[in-house]
Amino acid sequence: MNITAYVVLSGILFTIGCVGVLTRRNAIVVFMCIELMLNATNLALVAFAKQHGNLDGQIAAFFVMVVAAAEVVVGLAIIMTIFRTRRSASVDDASLLKY
Amino acid sequence: MYALQGGESIPVVDPSSADGVFALLWLVVALPLAGAAILLVGGKYTDRWGHLLGTLLPIGSFVISLVMFISVLGRDDSDRQVMQHLYTWIEAGHLNVGMDLLYDPLSALFLLLITGVGSLIHIYSIGYMAHDPRRRRFFGYLNLFVAAMLMLVLSENYLGLFLGWEGVGLASYLLIGFWQHKPSAAAAAKKAFVINRVGDMGLSLAIMMFFVLFGSTSFSVISSAAGNASETQMTVLGLLLLLAACGKSAQFPLQAWLLDAMEGPTPVSALIHAATMVTAGVYLIVRSNFVFELAPNAQTVVIVIAGISILWGAWIGCAKDDIKKALAGSTMSQIGYMMLGAGLGVAGYAFAIFHLLTHGFFKANMFLGAGSVMHGMDDDVDMRHYGAIRKAMPITFLTFAMGYLAIIGFPGFSGFWSKDKIIEVALTQNIVVGLVALLGAGVTGFYMTRLMLMTFFTEKRWSKGVHPHESPAVMTGPLVVLAALSVLGGIMLAGEWIVDFLQPVTGVSEHEDPPIPVLAVSAIAVVVVAIGVAVAWFVFGRHAVPREAPRDVSFVTRAGREEVYGNQINDTLVVNPSRHLTSGLLVTDKRVVDGVLTGGPVAIGAIATIARRAQNGFVRSYALSLLGGALIVVLALLAVNLT
Amino acid sequence: MIAFWILAPIMTIAALGILFVRKAVHAALLLAVVMISLAILYAALDAPFLFAVQIIVYTGAILMLFLFVLMLVGVDASDSVVETIRGQRVAAMIGGLLLGLVLVIGLGQISLGTAVGLDEANDAGNIQALANILFSHYVFGFEVTSALLITAAVGAMVLAHRERLTPKSTQTSLAAQRVRDYAEKGTHLGPLPTPGVYARHNAVDTPALLPDGTPSEASISRVLVARGTVRSAPALADDITVIEGQIGGAPHAGRQSEAPATTTETTPATGGDHQ
Repeated sequence: MNITAYVVLSGILFTIGCVGVLTRRNAIVVFMCIELMLNATNLALVAFAKQHGNLDGQIAAFFVMVVAAAEVVVGLAIIMTIFRTRRSASVDDASLLKY
Repeated sequence: MYALQGGESIPVVDPSSADGVFALLWLVVALPLAGAAILLVGGKYTDRWGHLLGTLLPIGSFVISLVMFISVLGRDDSDRQVMQHLYTWIEAGHLNVGMDLLYDPLSALFLLLITGVGSLIHIYSIGYMAHDPRRRRFFGYLNLFVAAMLMLVLSENYLGLFLGWEGVGLASYLLIGFWQHKPSAAAAAKKAFVINRVGDMGLSLAIMMFFVLFGSTSFSVISSAAGNASETQMTVLGLLLLLAACGKSAQFPLQAWLLDAMEGPTPVSALIHAATMVTAGVYLIVRSNFVFELAPNAQTVVIVIAGISILWGAWIGCAKDDIKKALAGSTMSQIGYMMLGAGLGVAGYAFAIFHLLTHGFFKANMFLGAGSVMHGMDDDVDMRHYGAIRKAMPITFLTFAMGYLAIIGFPGFSGFWSKDKIIEVALTQNIVVGLVALLGAGVTGFYMTRLMLMTFFTEKRWSKGVHPHESPAVMTGPLVVLAALSVLGGIMLAGEWIVDFLQPVTGVSEHEDPPIPVLAVSAIAVVVVAIGVAVAWFVFGRHAVPREAPRDVSFVTRAGREEVYGNQINDTLVVNPSRHLTSGLLVTDKRVVDGVLTGGPVAIGAIATIARRAQNGFVRSYALSLLGGALIVVLALLAVNLT
Repeated sequence: MIAFWILAPIMTIAALGILFVRKAVHAALLLAVVMISLAILYAALDAPFLFAVQIIVYTGAILMLFLFVLMLVGVDASDSVVETIRGQRVAAMIGGLLLGLVLVIGLGQISLGTAVGLDEANDAGNIQALANILFSHYVFGFEVTSALLITAAVGAMVLAHRERLTPKSTQTSLAAQRVRDYAEKGTHLGPLPTPGVYARHNAVDTPALLPDGTPSEASISRVLVARGTVRSAPALADDITVIEGQIGGAPHAGRQSEAPATTTETTPATGGDHQ
């Protein structure tokens, strides 16, 4: 079996997530796209674990999941806080830190 | 000792260690220094008794000096140099400078002059400054001056001398500008300080050269090794020392500060700018005789400078209506005589010092007398507003008259003996120099008589509401003492005593007869002076003196009033070029240097103004840049891996 | 590989859907599709533990958190897909395409060879093998991760916590406020009208009609207004002809304007057509 297909799929998903981050304005959707990117890397990691025949890739994917969970918790809390004060979940509205 | 042409020799400074009463040598300096410290640090707590303490301490120094003088008289000629090592002042590598005091006949005489005249002037100041709210500070400065001056004449090395030299410069600056609320006084103090710096530069360069040539600044080391240096080196050293002496002693071309220095209180003019500090240059040259004796060219320059200064000062003295400035011109002229004596070499050193001492007496006397007159005339200094004061202030008049007779060289008075000797030696060495000295003596007679007539004789020209009265006893007392010294100062020449006494310092000279008999020289001098006095009498004694200075006067008078254009010469040659240079440098600094320095930041700022547009605050734009970066990295990786 | 070839197009389409759907909830659901598909791929890649974790943690916990926050935040203009930054969308598309092309081409160039396979590594069971590595070689990372989770939990609590600055309003104060509003501004004192009353649809998205036939804004939730799902009065009027056609009645004589029409429509006493 060849894992090239898996890795290419991973790259495609990553690219889609990337474009999503750049084009969507809703902070929560942006976050979803980031999750999509993380999942794409996870797929690559698991596929490479299979390729190399050891489980380190799966462990790495596991760690990525944990970190993603922590990141989502904090990120969503920040989005909540911003929404409370600005009444907006748009990433473009939080643009005061500029020239 | 180094044999020179003509059988002369330079004595080596070779002192014995201090014992007995000489162990108190350090106290001479320490007492006034302590006074200055107490009065200046103690502040207003010492206001009540500060002037008394400030007077007692120099008197204490005088008493010690007197005891040591008597004690040194009892010693042999060869045993009259005493050195006291206090502590090692500077020790760095080969450089080792001790805080050493040297007591020899030269410093002995200076000690007596400084502490003696200084004490009298302190006493006088108690009365003169009685109404000044800052009298205590004045006495603190005076004590500081006395201490510095004593350090100057007592130090055994040039570095210690330099310490005192700068100390008197500082005290002079502080005292000239004592009434600093007057802009003229503040400017005069600054001028004196700056011009003195020129001379100080000469002295510090000379000291560095001593270090390089002899590895030491000690008089004993240098005097014993002086013969090892070449004549060129000695000439350079001599010229540097002469520059220093010119600055301190107000000799041409650094004379411009002395007349302005009269802005200070009159006791200061008497003590610092007549009797003691301005003679430090003469002391320096006499003390450095081991340099000048080996540098005949430098000696010639000294004589030329002295001759110019004699006439220059006398010229100013003739034209000034300000009594203190007239006296200041006279001081410059008289110091010219001393420099002349010092420049004449071994034959003249003793007479230079002799004239220095008598001048210290009669010029201090006359300055204090002028102060007394000003005291009675409500601080008016214009002689054209005086006249007929002799009746109002008899004691001042009489004492002033003693000083007057002394300075013009009236036979028998101290100035007669001292000036006469210098003229005699000058005539012996060089007929032109002797004639200049004679001419100076005549002019001295003229301007002093003018001063005397305008002040004490002729009719009253007093301002309204001025009632001259005799000064209090605390002021007239010192006048009487100084007058007595002016009259009797010549006694030091009795039996050539002073020449013998100074021999361990100045060396022995073969007595040379002048081209004409000594008595004839004296007679000619007296006649020249008499002519000067007579001219003054015809000009000022027989006609009414106008209350306002006449405007349609000859060029000579106008130049004299302008101090022979000394200030203008300085302005043209030094001040204005420096000012233009400074403003040019300022413009260069602002335009070029600052332009280069600020141009970079300005350019960066301009670039930043454009570049900051990228910071638009939109997180998605930043993410886009991130994507671009990642793309480049991936492309680079691919490019590296696939090739 | 059969599973892969089935799931790969589904995942790609779902992921692209995330880019284009307007509503965040739809995006979340599409993401769920991608994640569950991924879980199946994990299973196909001999990672049964990750298969379970992917479904439980990602799809079950994290996505639910997303939906929960979506509920809190509600719906606003950020859902709009109109681009506001000039050139951003074009640049993003170009950048994304480039990245995708580079990745696909680059990965396609690599010949990875046959996979070793995890049969040997998973000999004693996948979970046991993972635990072996995790608690030996990666034990420090594991502990650090726990610290990270604790920190994240505390951080989220701190961020979400809101300090109450004013005293909590009570029934009494609310009642007093309403009476005061009535006295000062004439605000209606009684309860708000219920939606759907006097309307053809008895539903919350249909505004109540006032006696003169105009729809009452106060009768519907403002959330529905913001979402744009409220049926408007003209739309209601459009239905009338349809319904009249259904019941076979002649066109209504008095239908000159919409408002009286609805009024007659909803008031049986005035119209004789119904009888």
